[in-house]
Amino acid sequence: MTSAPPEHETPMLHPELRTDGDPDAIVRRGRRLDHAEGTSKPLKSRREPQPRGAKVHGNRPIDQAEAAARFIAAPEHEKMHDERLWDLRQKRDREMQAIPEWEELRSLAAAIKEHTLTHLDDYLEEFETNAQSNGIHVHWARDAAEHNRVVHEILRDHGAKSLIKSKSMLTEECGFRHYMASVGIEVIETDLGERIQQLDHEDPSHVVVPAVHKLRTDVAAVFARTLGTDPENSDVHYLAEAQREATRPLILQADAGMTGCNFAVAETGGFVVCTNEGNADLSANVPKLHIAAIGIEKIIPRLEHLAVFVRLLSRSALGSPITQYTSHFRGPRAGGELHVVLVDNGRSKRLGMAEFWTSLKCIRCGACMNTCPVYRRSGGLSYGATYSGPIGLIIDPTFNARKYSNLPFASTLNGSCSNVCPVKINIHQQIYAWRRELVNLHEVPLVKKVAMKAAGELLSRPAAYRAAIAAGDAALAHLPRFVIYSGLNAWGRHREMPHPPKQTFHDWYKANRAEKP
Amino acid sequence: MSSRDDILASIRANLPRVDRSLPAVPLFDERAPTSLLVAFKDNLERMGGLFLDPPVSGDTLAPVKAKIAGAKVVCSTVPEIAGNRHIAGVGAPHDLADVDFAIVRASFAVAETGSILLSDTDLRVNAVAYLAQHLIALLDPADIVINLHHAYRRREFRDKHYASFHTGPSATADIEGVLIHGAQGVRSLSVLPIARTTSNLPH
Repeated sequence: MTSAPPEHETPMLHPELRTDGDPDAIVRRGRRLDHAEGTSKPLKSRREPQPRGAKVHGNRPIDQAEAAARFIAAPEHEKMHDERLWDLRQKRDREMQAIPEWEELRSLAAAIKEHTLTHLDDYLEEFETNAQSNGIHVHWARDAAEHNRVVHEILRDHGAKSLIKSKSMLTEECGFRHYMASVGIEVIETDLGERIQQLDHEDPSHVVVPAVHKLRTDVAAVFARTLGTDPENSDVHYLAEAQREATRPLILQADAGMTGCNFAVAETGGFVVCTNEGNADLSANVPKLHIAAIGIEKIIPRLEHLAVFVRLLSRSALGSPITQYTSHFRGPRAGGELHVVLVDNGRSKRLGMAEFWTSLKCIRCGACMNTCPVYRRSGGLSYGATYSGPIGLIIDPTFNARKYSNLPFASTLNGSCSNVCPVKINIHQQIYAWRRELVNLHEVPLVKKVAMKAAGELLSRPAAYRAAIAAGDAALAHLPRFVIYSGLNAWGRHREMPHPPKQTFHDWYKANRAEKP
Repeated sequence: MSSRDDILASIRANLPRVDRSLPAVPLFDERAPTSLLVAFKDNLERMGGLFLDPPVSGDTLAPVKAKIAGAKVVCSTVPEIAGNRHIAGVGAPHDLADVDFAIVRASFAVAETGSILLSDTDLRVNAVAYLAQHLIALLDPADIVINLHHAYRRREFRDKHYASFHTGPSATADIEGVLIHGAQGVRSLSVLPIARTTSNLPH
């Protein structure tokens, strides 16, 4: 039996996950620490085979619903995922409430980003000039292939055969690890979650917590296979320590280091990297050569603007006032070399999309993912794309409208994503706009299109709508299940249809309330 | 055309034709805590850091000396404490791989977040703050600013090639949300409030 949660604890979605006497907790002065991405509640899970992500077949549309159904069919995974992300959302709310100027910060962040994006050419040139005058080598890459080639050339020029790196969604976007493997350079991810994913040959399932879809027993299996740990020991402290010990020599021996970038400041020509593990600082400060991959939308004008974003980032992402490490790189260290690669990869084109350009404001905090009921219950790998969750729905189709044509439909349009977004992207409105766009691009299947068109006509004619509702209720009451739950009824695939009422509301109102003529 | 010119041309061709001015950012410092040191301490502890209470009398460095008493390798970059690994003699970061405790002085701290700033000048060799098993920082209580808005007005971000906010130790909870200290970097961060000596004024 579990005891009642302490009074300060926020309610749980799945109270059965709560455990008594948590040996894993770090308690200081009677307070359970929950900084970084730590849970605010003691949770337990039971072993269960890990559901895998979406099946990817070349350019064919990803079937997100199919992969989501498999995730939901693994209740231990689904519940832990749901609970942990909701906990991050609750911690985010706690931090938000502690800062009276929160909404003002969001408005400032949105305005700063929109200003910068509408003057992006000027700020990029300013950044380049200042970075170069500090001794940073600045490279530019039009697309993923050019990014990979540029980094490879820098490594080749230095005779580097091994690379330690911190997490970067941009390098995920570029298929960087696959490319490096093909040219014989060993890449070692140094973020624990990302390292787990690398060793398991899986993509990250979340922009901030890459292995959030895995249970501790899944990690124990991966580490047993790859690091030689005890397959029966899924103690998290043991697993984390084993990874630290295995990675340390690789960090010390690496020929080069690589990081991503959270913010690049035009005024100083410097850039900022945020991590909880300090692994970006190890990657940048141990080898002589440091390369940073920077998406061109990461630019902000001045240091005073940086304060706004650093205050918002980790609070939105993890409900932690700041990341453990927020590091500012403005030039190479003595005896070292610093290169940055400014990458477009579709961003400049997105800037020209009237309805979608503000998606470039995104600071990759993942708040929209943590709050999304679809994401929390389907797992990030079900999207079969670099970016998952609400932000993924509006970014992925810009990379490939056919492959990701189903994704904008993986949403209830509840708008929670837009409400938590620290830079005020109207995410749910863009999801809706993408549905229309994809219909226009003929990337939506016929059944969905015909059904939407028919519904549109029906909803515009009240008399026809009322007749259809009555007929629908009659049909639901009398048709056999195999007809109601046929392949044409996507809604009913995972849900029971409602019990049909004996009388429609309109008929009841006409009989009981409406003025008799 | 070079990639650079290509990208800039593509941006110019696609710039949204809307007017968005750059807002002024307030300092948000109307509600300053009564004691910046107390606020800093609370927030540092929330983030997993250890605040070393200075002794009421006697040796002000006693808490640091107690911490490093059993350590094999201590690397200090501060004049107040002598270690046994001389940072001046460190040729490459790899020479620091066996350091148990590193002792440094913070440029300044931020009350709002419980962060200390360590610059390349403070560290001498940047990697010392990440390869050591434990990190101890000395902080002058006069060097605490109220929040990040004030922090980013400091010179360090314009002068130094490297400067990092440390807020607690290296941490992760990537496996089931279980909090771990010492994911890759230091297993603990301790901060001792102690004024700078005259020979150790801010850079």
